[in-house]
Parts: sequence; C-alpha cells; structure tokens
Amino acid sequence: MTQALLNVKNLTIEFQGGNKAVDDISFSVAKGEAVAVVGESGSGKSVTALALTRLLPQPPACAIGGRILYREKNLLTANNEEIRAVRGKEIAYIFQEPSTSLNPVFSIGYQIAEAIKLHRPEVKDINAEIVRVLSLVGIRNPGQRLKDYPHQFSGGMQQRAMIAMALACQPQLLVADEPTTALDVTIQAQIIDLLKELKQKTDMSVLLITHNFGIVSGFADRVIVMFRGKIVEEGPTQEVLKNPQHPYTKALIECIPQLGQKKERLTTIDYSKIV
Amino acid sequence: MNPLITVSNLKVYFPVYGGLLRRVVDQVKAVDEVSFTVGKGQTVGLVGESGSGKSTIGKSIVQLVDISGGEIEYDGKKISTLHGKDFLPYRKRIQMIFQDPYNSLNPRMTVEQIIGEPLEIHFKQMSKPQRRVRIEELLELVGLKKEHIDRYPHEFSGGQRQRIGIARALAVEPEFIICDEPVSALDVSVQAQIVNLLQDLQQKLGLTYLFISHDLAVVEHLCDYVLVLNEGKIVEHGDPEQIYQSPQHPYTRKLLDAVPQI
Repeated sequence: MTQALLNVKNLTIEFQGGNKAVDDISFSVAKGEAVAVVGESGSGKSVTALALTRLLPQPPACAIGGRILYREKNLLTANNEEIRAVRGKEIAYIFQEPSTSLNPVFSIGYQIAEAIKLHRPEVKDINAEIVRVLSLVGIRNPGQRLKDYPHQFSGGMQQRAMIAMALACQPQLLVADEPTTALDVTIQAQIIDLLKELKQKTDMSVLLITHNFGIVSGFADRVIVMFRGKIVEEGPTQEVLKNPQHPYTKALIECIPQLGQKKERLTTIDYSKIV
Repeated sequence: MNPLITVSNLKVYFPVYGGLLRRVVDQVKAVDEVSFTVGKGQTVGLVGESGSGKSTIGKSIVQLVDISGGEIEYDGKKISTLHGKDFLPYRKRIQMIFQDPYNSLNPRMTVEQIIGEPLEIHFKQMSKPQRRVRIEELLELVGLKKEHIDRYPHEFSGGQRQRIGIARALAVEPEFIICDEPVSALDVSVQAQIVNLLQDLQQKLGLTYLFISHDLAVVEHLCDYVLVLNEGKIVEHGDPEQIYQSPQHPYTRKLLDAVPQI
C-alpha cells in the first residue's frame, strides 16, 4: 500500500454528559483508495467524518482525544487558518440530504462559484470551470442549468450538484456521508457509479459512510465496521462480505433483503448476542 | 378471492400554469389509466422511481388528491364519488403509513395525543381513560412500551417513530393500510424490524396492504403481487418471482439492475 493520506489514531469523541460517541478508533486511508465506514445510526460513523476537519460544534462535543494526521499534519491541533486550508480544498464533503445542503436562494452556479473563488483563486474563467465540473458529474446542458436554483433540480441532480461543488476544489479526499440514503435505488446506482468513475479519473481518495452493505460491495476497497463507537471489524471488502468475523458484521449483512432469496422473515439484529 | 379494492382507469392530472394570466397551459399526467385490484388479506406492491406516480395513487384512494377520471371501488361500493361525511367511514377503514417518520408526527403532541386523535374522531363514545388503555395496548402491539405514552416524538429514534405512525394507523381498526415507502428512510437493520412487524400485524389482524416502495428486494419479500409503475402507467404486473426472474419490460430490468447485490 502507498503512503497513507489520512491517518486517524486513537480518536475518541465525548459529548457533554459523558457519552462516548467514538471510542479509541484508528484507521487510515491511502491515496486513491476507497474506504467504507459501515454502521447503524448511532454507531459514531458520521461523528467521525465530521471530526476529521473539526466540523463538530464544541460544545456539545467536547474532549476530543487522539490524533488525525492528514499528510503528517495533526488536524486536531492545527490553528483555524490551517484547518480552513484543508476544509473543502483538501478534504471535501457530500452529505445525505442534498436538498438541505444546498442554499435555496442562490443559483447552483453561484454556489459552485463560491467554492472555486475561495479555494482556487488562481482560476480566471470561473464560468468555464463551473461548466466543466457540472458536465463531469453528468448534468446535461450545464451552461444553462448553472443558472437554475436548487428547487429546479431533482434529488439526484441536487446530489450531483453537491458532488460537482466538492470536486470544484479538486480535493484529495472526498468524504461521502450517506450520499444515497435519500435517493431512489436507480438514482443511488447512478450516484455510486459516478463516484466510482470520478475516483478513477481524478485519483482522489473516498471515505464512504453508509449503513447499507449493499452499496459498499461494488465500490470500496476496504471496509470498516463500527458498532457503538468502536471499530469491530476491518478488512478488504470482499473478504469481509464473504467471511465476516464479528457477529455484528454478520448480522448487519444478513438483515439486508436480497433479490431472489425470499425468506419467511427478515433477519433482525439480536443485540444481546453481540458483545 | 374477493377484491377489497378495485381501481379502474384511474387518472390524476395536475394542471401546469403559465403565461401572463396563469392560465392552464398543460397537464402533468401523474397517474394515467391505472387499473388494479387488491384482494382481502393480500399485499400488493407498487414499485417505481420517484415521479412515477406511485404515491399519488395511494393518496388518491384516501382522497388526499383529487382524481381526474376513473373509479375506485371499495368492498363493492364506489368511493371515488363520495365526499365529506359520506366518505368518513372509509377513512376509518382505510389508513395510511407515511415515509418520513420525522415529518409525519407533530412535534408538539405527545404520543397519547398523536394516537388518540383518530380515536376521538372515529370512536366518539370512548371515554378518556378507556382511550388511554387502548393507546397503551396499541403501543405494545407495535413493540413499544406502555411508559412511552406521555413522551414527545423527538424522544424516539427513527424506527420507534415509524412504530408510532403504525400504531396511529392501527388505532381505528382499519382493514386496509396504504404503506407509502414506510421503510425507505430507515437504516437497513431497522428496516428489517419494521418489515417483520408489518408481516406480524397482517397475520394477527388480517390486514390488507398496498405497499408503495422503490426497493424491489423489500417488495419481493413482502408482496403477493407486484405492479411496476413508470410515468403514471403500469408497465408490468405479476407475481414477484415471475417479475424478478423474467422481467418483460426494459424499465423493470433497469429497476432490478439498480438493486445493490452483495
């Protein structure tokens, strides 16, 4: 494996009241690698993603321990200026709900331009750059559509616009926090294919956060399974899927209904059996 | 099997306004000549992408949207022409469960008020203490605890909220429940719990379901019969096994290909 782009060491995140959302986790993401973090809601996967660039509001998040090394630089101790240079520019995000992540009163083009102006002041022809990223994510007729407002886009197109915005800064690492949960299956497949294609084209790393093992299988090189703030299993995707070691991983894979394998009842997770 | 509900040539058109005077310039055919039946005790799945008109069909049955043409018959009686008071008894017999458990519960109401509201309308003779006992029963039926009765929606997780939504639908002892994407906003693990709950309730109470979803794997698991909807029209229908093993329409194939497989 090549040198790690992101190296998280012993990360612990505690909230006011002593709730440990993330408990001593370590993982790394190499350059050009796609890593998936899988877990149910409440497992601490989104909190981990937000903590990477210190996006967690403090308070209520307090007592963050450990180290987050991005290119050997600890982001947890970096000053505001340094972290701002990383946010968006080096590590970009796309979130679950595209309709709430976009500002409804500005056009799509304006919102992408904002990101370009801030992070890439060297770009002269901003309009051409917006058209380029919009066509990169498969929006037809980008020269016209950039004048549209978010409500004129469908859910899938809004998510494409979010990805375009993230790509406009040419990030090294894209953190995709449940990017397809709010979308239909067909659109979900399109977005995952798009991410795959973009990853190949631009050689960026992707950290995919999801609760659904189904979308992980064709996408990620490695999987990290989180349960109650801890990493319970980690390994190459196909290995984990075929031969899960931890009972929680097994349960999480089993509860997904599969086409053509009709069961009397769906398997649910018996938490008492997971220690 | 006796059909409980028969939908024939249902049309729902929405007007498109345009021009200076906001005249009707065009129509969106959300549902176009759709016909199907649901037998008593059956589960019929309605599958399609967003925008295919599947939710509109569900809403038109309970008159949450006006229909532009066609007929809906329930238990041998034409209900699509009934209005106001005449339709009220059918609102008791037909209930709905919604997709988003965050937006479909009023945040300012307690669980008692949420589940009690349909009881106040459809079971007027019930006294307040009786109602409270009934709500506690319903909570236990859907796998929640009696103690949850005085809590507010924000105190529950997504899966628990969906259970409250189901309890509210069951409160008036309906025969027919329209489930509009009841699990697509939930985690896969919670989704399995809710799907199992819906199956248990069907067996226990003899319910009939119209199950609206874009997730074909869930539909295959739950439904006796499947209708595939595209741009307001039914493009394919049949047994789930038959549809999944040999899809005839290219749109069905596209939907099937999109389902992530492990």
